[in-house]
Amino acid sequence: MSGWKGDQMSTSSIKIYIPRDAAALSVGAERVVKAMHDEAKKRGVTIEIIRNGSRGMLWLEPLVEVTTSKGRVAYGPVTPKDVASLFDAKFYEGGAHALGHGLTEEIPFFKNQERLTFQRVGVIDPLSLDDYIAHGGFAGLKKALTMSGADIVQTVADSGLRGRGGAGFPTGIKWKTVLNTHAEQKYIVCNADEGDSGTFADRMLMEGDPFTLIEGMIIAGIAVGATKGYVYLRSEYPNAHIIFREAIQIAKKAGWLGKSVNGSGKAFDLEVRLGAGAYICGEETSLLESLEGKRAIVRAKPPLPAIQGLFGKPTIINNVMSLATVPWIMANGAKAYADYGMGRSRGTLPIQLAGNVKRGGLIEKAFGVTLKDVIETYGGGTASGRPFRAVQVGGPLGAYFPSSLLDTPLDYEAFVAKKGMLGHGGIVVFDDRIDLAKQARFAFEFCAKESCGKCTPCRIGAVRGKETMDQVIAGETAKLDLVKDLCTLMTDASLCAMGGLTPIPVISALDHFPEDFKPAHKLAAE
Amino acid sequence: MTLIKELDYGTPIRLSEDTVTLTIDGVSVTVPAGTSVMAAAMKMGTQIPKLCATDMLEPFGSCRMCLVEIEGRRGTPASCTTPAENGMVVHTQSEKLHSLRKGVMELYISDHPLDCLTCSANGDCELQDMAGVVGLREVRYEDGINHFDKHSPLALLKDETNPYFTYDPAKCIVCNRCVRACEEVQGTFALTIEGRGFDSRVSAGGTSFLGSDCVSCGACVQACPTATLMENTVIEKGQPEHSKVTTCAYCGVGCSFKAEMQGDQVVRMVPYKDGKANEGHSCVKGRFAWGYAQHEDRITKPMIRAKITDEWREVSWEEAINHAASEFKRIQAKYGKESIGAITSSRCTNEEVFLVQKLVRAGFGNNNVDTCARVCHSPTGYGLSKTFGTSAGTQDFKSVAKADVVLVIGANPTDGHPVFASRLKKRLRAGAKLIVADPRRIDLVKSPHIKAEHHLPLLPGTNVAVMNALSHVIVTEGLVDEAFVRERCELADFEVWARFIAEERNSPEATEQFTGVPAAEIRAAARLYAKAKNAAIYYGLGVTEHSQGSTMVMAMANLAMVTGNIGRDGVGVNPLRGQNNVQGSCDMGSFPHEFSGYRHVSDDATRQMFESFWGVELSNEQGFRIPNMLDEAVGGNFKGLYVQGEDIAQSDPNTQHVTAGLAAMECVVIQDLFLNETAKYAHVFLPGSSFLEKDGTFTNAERRINRVRQVMKPKSGKDEWQITIDLANALGYPMHYNHPSEIMDEIAKLTPTFKNVSYAKLEEMGSIQWPCNDAAPNGTPIMHIDRFVRGKGKFMLTDYVPTEERTGPRFPLLLTTGRILSQYNVGAQTRRTSNNVWHNEDVLEIHPFDAEQRGIQNGDLVMLASRAGDIAVRAEVSERMQPGVVYTTFHHAKTGANVITTDNSDWATNCPEYKVTAVEVRRTNHYSEWQERNNREEIEMKRIATVMAAE
Repeated sequence: MSGWKGDQMSTSSIKIYIPRDAAALSVGAERVVKAMHDEAKKRGVTIEIIRNGSRGMLWLEPLVEVTTSKGRVAYGPVTPKDVASLFDAKFYEGGAHALGHGLTEEIPFFKNQERLTFQRVGVIDPLSLDDYIAHGGFAGLKKALTMSGADIVQTVADSGLRGRGGAGFPTGIKWKTVLNTHAEQKYIVCNADEGDSGTFADRMLMEGDPFTLIEGMIIAGIAVGATKGYVYLRSEYPNAHIIFREAIQIAKKAGWLGKSVNGSGKAFDLEVRLGAGAYICGEETSLLESLEGKRAIVRAKPPLPAIQGLFGKPTIINNVMSLATVPWIMANGAKAYADYGMGRSRGTLPIQLAGNVKRGGLIEKAFGVTLKDVIETYGGGTASGRPFRAVQVGGPLGAYFPSSLLDTPLDYEAFVAKKGMLGHGGIVVFDDRIDLAKQARFAFEFCAKESCGKCTPCRIGAVRGKETMDQVIAGETAKLDLVKDLCTLMTDASLCAMGGLTPIPVISALDHFPEDFKPAHKLAAE
Repeated sequence: MTLIKELDYGTPIRLSEDTVTLTIDGVSVTVPAGTSVMAAAMKMGTQIPKLCATDMLEPFGSCRMCLVEIEGRRGTPASCTTPAENGMVVHTQSEKLHSLRKGVMELYISDHPLDCLTCSANGDCELQDMAGVVGLREVRYEDGINHFDKHSPLALLKDETNPYFTYDPAKCIVCNRCVRACEEVQGTFALTIEGRGFDSRVSAGGTSFLGSDCVSCGACVQACPTATLMENTVIEKGQPEHSKVTTCAYCGVGCSFKAEMQGDQVVRMVPYKDGKANEGHSCVKGRFAWGYAQHEDRITKPMIRAKITDEWREVSWEEAINHAASEFKRIQAKYGKESIGAITSSRCTNEEVFLVQKLVRAGFGNNNVDTCARVCHSPTGYGLSKTFGTSAGTQDFKSVAKADVVLVIGANPTDGHPVFASRLKKRLRAGAKLIVADPRRIDLVKSPHIKAEHHLPLLPGTNVAVMNALSHVIVTEGLVDEAFVRERCELADFEVWARFIAEERNSPEATEQFTGVPAAEIRAAARLYAKAKNAAIYYGLGVTEHSQGSTMVMAMANLAMVTGNIGRDGVGVNPLRGQNNVQGSCDMGSFPHEFSGYRHVSDDATRQMFESFWGVELSNEQGFRIPNMLDEAVGGNFKGLYVQGEDIAQSDPNTQHVTAGLAAMECVVIQDLFLNETAKYAHVFLPGSSFLEKDGTFTNAERRINRVRQVMKPKSGKDEWQITIDLANALGYPMHYNHPSEIMDEIAKLTPTFKNVSYAKLEEMGSIQWPCNDAAPNGTPIMHIDRFVRGKGKFMLTDYVPTEERTGPRFPLLLTTGRILSQYNVGAQTRRTSNNVWHNEDVLEIHPFDAEQRGIQNGDLVMLASRAGDIAVRAEVSERMQPGVVYTTFHHAKTGANVITTDNSDWATNCPEYKVTAVEVRRTNHYSEWQERNNREEIEMKRIATVMAAE
C-alpha cells in the first residue's frame, strides 16, 4: 500500500500515474511503484505517485504515465528492472525511452474511442473526490437534484440507454415502472457480478472511477424514490471491493450519501454485498434472492423486480455500466448521448477485447463499429500470429462468429439478426486451433456447472447436452439431431437466460463450423 | 364409493372482486384478477400439464410443463406464473407446445427410474400421469449420469428416520413442492435444496428428517407429486381405493381429512382442501397419529366387576348395560336422586354428548352433568357470555389473514394448535405484528421468519394485571375507539370501567413489580395493539386455567371493545379450544346449569320446552360440577358416575383427591377406547368407538359444525350413541333414534342457535358455523358484526386478585403446565402411536439459573414437589424458561403431573388453576411414592380375566 493515495508532496513535484487496477496489479504494478520510490529516493528526485485506474490498454500494463506540459506521457509495459533506465531517460520530463508511447491520449487504440462512461477511468485518482469533481463528477447528480423524478426518468429514457448487462432492455422503461409503483420502500440494486468470460469493464470502472457508479445509483434513487442501494459484487473482485467500499465511506463523509444527499434533503444510502461465487448470481432475480440471503435461485417473472424486487419491494436492478453511464447523460443531456450509436443501440458500448489478440483491453466506442474493426484495428489481429478462426461475443453464452461475419456492427439488433448477442460487450478471439465441437460441449458443461437447478431444461438438459456432445465427438454424429432438439427445448422452455441462451454457442458452432462436428474431423485431428 | 380427488387449480385461488375475461382455446372465461392462466384454464375445464404447480402453493415456474402460447406475446410463457389479463388469447395446445412438453418430460424420465409397477406411487403419481398426457414414448438420452441407479455416484440413501414417511431421493424430480410446502404452508422452513444444478436434492437442512426441524406435519408428503416423499402406510399397504371426508379427533382446530381406505382399513389420512378449518393442511397428530384406533390395547368387549380390586370380566352388551342400569337405580334408591351423575366427553360427537346430558336430565332426573370444559375453557364461556353475550370465539380461523396485530396470550399454537399456528405464521410473514404474552419463550417469540414485536414474559398468575395494564395505557393515553364504545357498548359500564382501569394501581409501572413485565414493553405493546387497523386476540388455557380465569377472559373482552376490535374480519377474541369437540360438548348442554345453547335450567320457558319434548319433568336446580361430584363422593353422598370418554384420574388436578372420590363411589361406568386411569376405579366398562368408527358432528373452536363420517364399523359392535340409548332404555327412560341425524334434528328443534342445522344442510355446505337460524340461514363466520349478541357490549370490572397459591421458602418456584406438539392431552391416543419418538416421557423444563442453584444437570431425575404431592421427572435445562418458573406436560399417565397441581380454581367456574403451582425441585434417585404405587396399580387394577375357550 505504498502511498497509493499519492504521496504528500508539494504540488510542484513530479506526478506519476501507476494504476491500482487489478489487471495492472496482476502484472506487477505494485513492484513497479516500489521500484519507482526507491529509485527516486536514490536519485533525490521528488515524485508523487497517483494510483489511477487503468486506461484499458492492457497489453501495456503496468502503464506508467507522467504529467508533462504537453499532457500525460505513457511508458509501458514497465517492469521494476526498467525503472532505472526510465530515470536515466528522464521519463519524468517525458524523455524518450524504448517503452515510451508518447502522449497517452494520442495512442491510436485510445485516441479513437468515444469515452463517455469511462471518461475519467485511468485519468483521475479514483478515491479523490476533488479530482472527481474537477473532472465533471457530480454534475449529473446536481442537475438531477433540481429535476422531478419523472423528468430524470424521461431523460434516461430519451438517451436510449439500454441495459448493459446483456439483455439490452431500455433502462428508462425499467426506471419508469419503479417510479410508478407505489411503495414505502424501494431499492436500487447494482449488478456487479460480472461473470462473463472475457469481461472486465465493471471491475475497471469500480476500481478506476467508483464515484461515477455511486453517483449513478444516487441519481437512480432520487429519480424513483429509493433510499437504499446495494451493489452486488462478485467475490472474485477483492480489489474492487476494497476500493469501492472506501469510495462509499468517502462519499458518506462528504455528505454525498446519507440522510440528505448533498444537503438536498433526499436520502440515499449504499452498501456493497459480496456474492458467493456462482455465475447464476448475475441473473437479476437470482441475484436478488442471493442479496436477500437465500440460495441464488432464479425467480419466475412476473412479478417483475421493478414491481416486486428486493425483499418484495420495487427495485431498479441495473448493471454497473448502465448506472455508471447515467451521470454522463444527466450532465450532458439525453440528446448528446443518443447522438452516438446506430439503430436502436444508442450511445456507447464499453467493449472488452480479450482472448487471442495482440492488443486486448477496454474500448469504449459508439455502437456501430464492426467486429472486424475492433479485432483488427484495435486488437491488431491474433496474438499467436496464426489465422483468425472464431470470435465469441457476449460471454460464455454468446455466439461463435466466423470471419465471414466480422463485418457485423456492434449493435444489439444486428447481432440478434445473426443469431448472436452483444451481451455485456465481451469479445473473445480464437485462432485456428479451436475445436468448435469441444466448444459446443463446453457450452453445455458450463451451463451444467452453473445452473441454479430450478428449471428442468437447464438442470437436466445441460447435463444431457454435455453427454450427448461427448457421444457426437466420439463419432455418433446422428446424435446431433437430439442436440438440436435439446437446443430448441432449452431456448424455448428454460426459465431464465442461463438455460435459454446456452444453445446459442452450440447452434452457432454447428451453423458456422459444421466441419468440426464430422467424424473425419476427429480422425484428422489425431 | 370412490377415491375423492380434489381439483387442483395449480395456483392458489385468488379472491379479488375485480375480474378479468380472457379466451383460452377459443372459450371465454372470467376469473378474479390475479388468477393465473393455469387456474383460469382449469376453471374453464382444461388441465394444462404441470408438475411443480399445485394450488396449495404460490407459483414457482420450474417444471416448464405448463407452457402456453399467448397471442401477441413472445415465446412460450409458463401458465402458472402468468396472470390472466383482459382480452388475452391463450392457446394451450399446439405442435410446438406438445413438442416442448414432451421434451421436458423426456429429460425428467432420463433421470427417473422406470420401476412404476413396483413404485409406491403407482396409480397416484403426477409424473406418471404427465408422461401419459404428453405421450412420451421413448427416452433418447442414453446412459447418462443419474440419481436413481444405486451404483451412481449421485445416488443417495433413503431417509427412513421419520416413523410416518420415507424420503427416497432416487424418485425426486426437484419440483421444490415439499420445500415450498414446508415454507409456505407449514412455515417451519425445515427443508431446503442442497447442491446446485443437476446436483440439487431435497434436504432436511443437511441432516436426517428426524434430526431436523421437521415437525412431521405431512405437508411435504402431500405436496410431493411422486414417490419421493411417501407415507409408510402406503408403502406397506398400497394405494387406497375409496375415501370419505371426516373430521380429526385431536385439537379444537377441527381439521377436515379424507380417510383414504382399502375396505375397512385406513391407508392414510389426507387433509381435505375444502375443509374450512384447515384448508388442506394438517399436523403430525391428525395426519399420522391415528394408529391408536387399531392399537392392541383397545378394549372392544363390555366388562364388569363387583369391586375395583377384582379382575374385569368380559360380558355381553346386555349384561353390562343392565348391570349399570340396575346399579344406578339401586344407588338412587338408596342415596337419593342426586347421588349419581355423568361426565360427557369433549372427544365424542355432538349427538353422543347430547344424549348423555339428556340421559342425566331426563333419565337420572337431576342436572349432575358436567364436561371436561370445566377444566379448560369454562371461563371462556362465562367471560365472553357476560361481556359479549355468547359463549364462544368471535371469528373464523380465516379471519387471522386480515389481522394486522395479533396478541397471543396463554397459548402455544405451534404445539397446541399447529394448523392454526401455520395460518398465523403465514400472516405474520406477510407483515402482521405479533405480541406474545407468556411466561415462556414459546416458539412464536422467535422462529424462522417469525419474530414477536413484543414478548411480555409475565409471571404465572399475573395475567389480569398485565391485561389491565394494557387497557390502562389505552385509556390514559387517549387510544380509546370512542365511536365504537359509544355506539356498541353500555356507556355507563364503560365509564365505571374506564375510571377503574385508569387508577394508578393498574398502570404498567405499578404492575411491573409483580408481573415482571417491564412497563415500557407494556406501553409499547398497548399502543401497537390499539393503533392497529385490525387487532386480534388469540388465547388458550394459559388464560383460563387460573383462579382468575373468568376475570381474565373479561379483561381481554374489555381490551377488544375499548379499541373497537370486535365484529369484523381480522379482529376478535378467539379462544383456541383444546379438544376436538369441547365447543360442541358445551353447546350441547353438558354443564350442570345449562341446557343446549347455554340456557339456564332455571329458565322456566326453556325448561318447559324440553319437558314437553322429552315428556318428562326436569329439575330446575343446577347440578354438580365435576369437583362437586368428587367432593360429594369423598363426603359419601355421591355414589354413581357415568363417564363418557374422559380420564379425570389423569387430566384433573390433584389426582389423589380425584382418585379418593372415585374410590368412594359404588358404581363407576367408563365408556372409553382404553382401560384408562379412571377405569382403575370403575365397575362397568363400555367399549367406545374411535372417531373413525363414529357418525356424527364435531364443533371446533370457530363454532364450525363439521361432519364426522364413519369409515369403519365400531370395533365393539355398537355405536356410542346407541350405548347411551340402551342405558336410558334400561333405566326406564325410553329413547329411540335410527340415525345420528335424527339426534341433530332434535338438537335443532330444541336449540335456537342450531335451528337451521341438519345433516342435509351439512352435506350441502360442508360445514356450518353456529348460530345458524332464520337470521343467519348459512351460519355465522364472524359474530357481533352490527350488534353484540347481548345487545350492547358490557365492560366488566376486572380487579386483579393474586392467587392464593404463593411461592415461599418451601416451594420457591412456580410450575406451569402445558402441551407439546407430538403428544395430546392425557396421551391415551398419541402414546399409542409412533409419536413417542419425539416425546416419550414428560420432562421438567427449568431455567439454567434455577438448575445451577440446585445442582441439576440436563437429564437428571428430579423430584417435583408441591403442597398437593410429589413426582419424579427428568429435568431439561432450557432458556425458554424464565428464572423462577418451571414447566412440564401431563401427557404420560406414569408421570402423574396432576399429582402436583392443586385444588385451587377459578372463582366463577371452578376451572382448575393448572397454570400456577408453587413447587420445589431437587435432585433425586428414585420415583415418588405415588408413582411407585401407580405402577403397581397399573397392573393390579387393570386385570382382565382370561376367558377359557369353550369346550
